[in-house]
Amino acid sequence: MLSLNNLHITADNKEIVKGVTLNVPAGEVHVIMGPNGSGKSTLANTIMGHPKYTVTTGTITFNNKDITQARPDERARAGLFLSMQYPPSIAGVTISQFLRAAYNATHTPAFSVMEFNKVLREKIDELEIDRSFIKRNINEGFSGGEKKRIEILQLLVLEPRFAILDETDSGLDVDALKVVMDGVKQFATPKRGVFIITHYARLLEFLKPNAVHIMREGNIVRTDGAELALEIEKKGFEK
Amino acid sequence: MPKKTQITIDRSTFDSANKDQSKYKAKPGLSKEVVLEISRQKNEPEWMLERRLKALELYHNTPLPSWGPSLKDLNLDNIIYFVRPNTEEAKSWDDVPTDIRTTFEKLGIPEAEQKSLSGVGAQYDSDVIYHKLKKEWAAKGVIFENMDVAVQKYPDTVKKYFMTSCVPINDHKFVMLHAAVWSGGTFIYVPPGVKVDIPLQAYFRMNAELGGQFEHTLIIADRNSEVHYIEGCSAPRFDAKSLHAGCVELFVHEGSRMRYSSIENWSKNIYNLNTKRALVDKNGIVEWVNGNMGSGTTMLYPCSILRGENARSESLGIAFAGPGQHQDTGSKVIHAAPDTSSVIRSKSISAGGGVSSYRGLVRATPQAKHSKSSVTCDALLLDDASTSNTYPYMKIANSDMDVAHEARVGKIGDEEIFYLMSRGLSQEEATKLVVSGFIAPVIKQLPLEYAVELNRLIELEMEGAVG
Ligand SMILES: Nc1ncnc2c1ncn2[C@@H]1O[C@H](COP(=O)(O)OP(=O)(O)OP(=O)(O)O)[C@@H](O)[C@H]1O
Ligand SMILES: [Mg+2]
Repeated sequence: MLSLNNLHITADNKEIVKGVTLNVPAGEVHVIMGPNGSGKSTLANTIMGHPKYTVTTGTITFNNKDITQARPDERARAGLFLSMQYPPSIAGVTISQFLRAAYNATHTPAFSVMEFNKVLREKIDELEIDRSFIKRNINEGFSGGEKKRIEILQLLVLEPRFAILDETDSGLDVDALKVVMDGVKQFATPKRGVFIITHYARLLEFLKPNAVHIMREGNIVRTDGAELALEIEKKGFEK
Repeated sequence: MPKKTQITIDRSTFDSANKDQSKYKAKPGLSKEVVLEISRQKNEPEWMLERRLKALELYHNTPLPSWGPSLKDLNLDNIIYFVRPNTEEAKSWDDVPTDIRTTFEKLGIPEAEQKSLSGVGAQYDSDVIYHKLKKEWAAKGVIFENMDVAVQKYPDTVKKYFMTSCVPINDHKFVMLHAAVWSGGTFIYVPPGVKVDIPLQAYFRMNAELGGQFEHTLIIADRNSEVHYIEGCSAPRFDAKSLHAGCVELFVHEGSRMRYSSIENWSKNIYNLNTKRALVDKNGIVEWVNGNMGSGTTMLYPCSILRGENARSESLGIAFAGPGQHQDTGSKVIHAAPDTSSVIRSKSISAGGGVSSYRGLVRATPQAKHSKSSVTCDALLLDDASTSNTYPYMKIANSDMDVAHEARVGKIGDEEIFYLMSRGLSQEEATKLVVSGFIAPVIKQLPLEYAVELNRLIELEMEGAVG
């Protein structure tokens, strides 16, 4: 479903990702772990088409289409979704405005305001988010955990085909983690793919990944089954 | 979620001109003959002609302003200072000639009149072609007239208020010009204690190529009264540069409250050099809302003179400068009495190489004890080619005045745009959403129809300027 082939990525002329090859088939959940600064977010942002990063060699293909040069909105319309590690706030734009614009940009036919608000309320309740958030400006003054929940809210409302979750589990309290991971589980149906960046093996209590990849200094240095995550948590990356 | 009115407008509603069917058109350029002819055709009293001629003389002896945006492409000798459409002022839209009526229909004026206004005036080039006040207000003694008609019908009031104490004819070069050739506009008088709770509106449309427009607006709110006046403006697009130099005088008498909202959407060939001022008496409140989307060059600094105790002024400004546009706007407040207060909020957006400048003044005299003022200017740049300037002047001649000033300039963020695009919005949609969020705090203060209109105009302007 999503394939990275020998991907080299630079930012400000500095090579950060140095030849990553990876394949996430439909129906699978893959986890990436790795030390701080190893290039995980760089990889995630590049898959989504962040203009700050340049692919110097290699390709990104999604559903057999080469999207290496596609604009972020084209990738979103093709079904890719990125839950950002540090989602920015946007002054004056409410969550409901933001999400409806996003929904209508990625779906036809578009929802009317009423239909949309109904879906939005359903998902908000599922994620145990206070309904008053609908009227708040996106990410403005949100706590770290609230931002992550709102990212998952977007995932559930927009229903993309492939989700990249960059440390969506970081900063969540135990209860929130459960709610969010239930959301991810609900999302991860056989036709969809999930790519999770995390530092914590506790994730495995909720979700069994098909593969765990270890990233170091811009390369995938090891790939194994779910148990690899536990091993890393016990022993660390240096061994 | 506010009701979103889906209206797709194309710029042609504003930009296309009707065939010039004027019944009178002065020769280009400003001369004593033109001024005499204007006054003669209007059958004006002697004192008005005298004011015009005095102003003309002052105009000839005064240089162009040496500050602000360049006026070098404004050829004052090419402008036609008096253009009369071939019609009389009507009280029914049916009596307005079809082409002119259609223009105003496209601009939505008759419809708005039905739905949400107490009265409407419509001006086309130099003349007001439609004017009507709903009966209930007339019965309460409210006067809403074409300014030319007011000169004839209420000579004593007009003689006392017209360009004397608020905006005197010698104020600056373009006020002098205005005083010499003014034509049309609005006169409103609200009697003591009357609260006109539904807005009155005037719409000013320029049509003739090179025809200048110089309407005069004089609004008097008598003691403890209330009125909300709304103005809309547009002009078709021509190659040659033309001029709009209107003048607005507001008299906010003791205990009264006046709201003046204006959305100026002149075409890009227009120099909009406008003067607007309010005199506010004891316990009076003036609220300004000014949106400037159009014009090639705008110079506009609505001013409140708080001359009575506890007088208040609030002013909201939104300016959009797209390619080739220079919006030089701001607000002025003069605190001249104790316990006065003012709030100025300005938002500007520059895109595609446009320049917006905030130029404001807060002045306080020694009498303005215990007064306060707060000024906030936010500027948003949509790209590196665009510019924003801030010139906030403060002249505070007393020590216990509470003055706050805040200015922020931000460039639209790559992270925000990426975030929105990663959710499927195109770059243009993403930019529009960020801009609408930027102006949202100001837009929220407007009545819904105006909020929709303003948003719509800004989106429309961005269409050509972004991407
Ligand atoms: N624009 C940039 N210019 C220079 N260096 C950059 C740029 N962006 C990222 N980097 C560097 O690239 C490296 C990888 O950053 P990245 O954010 O991808 O790490 P990460 O694996 O996600 O780390 P963490 O676990 O802390 O989130 C870091 O050393 C970072 O400083
Ligand atoms: Mg990271």
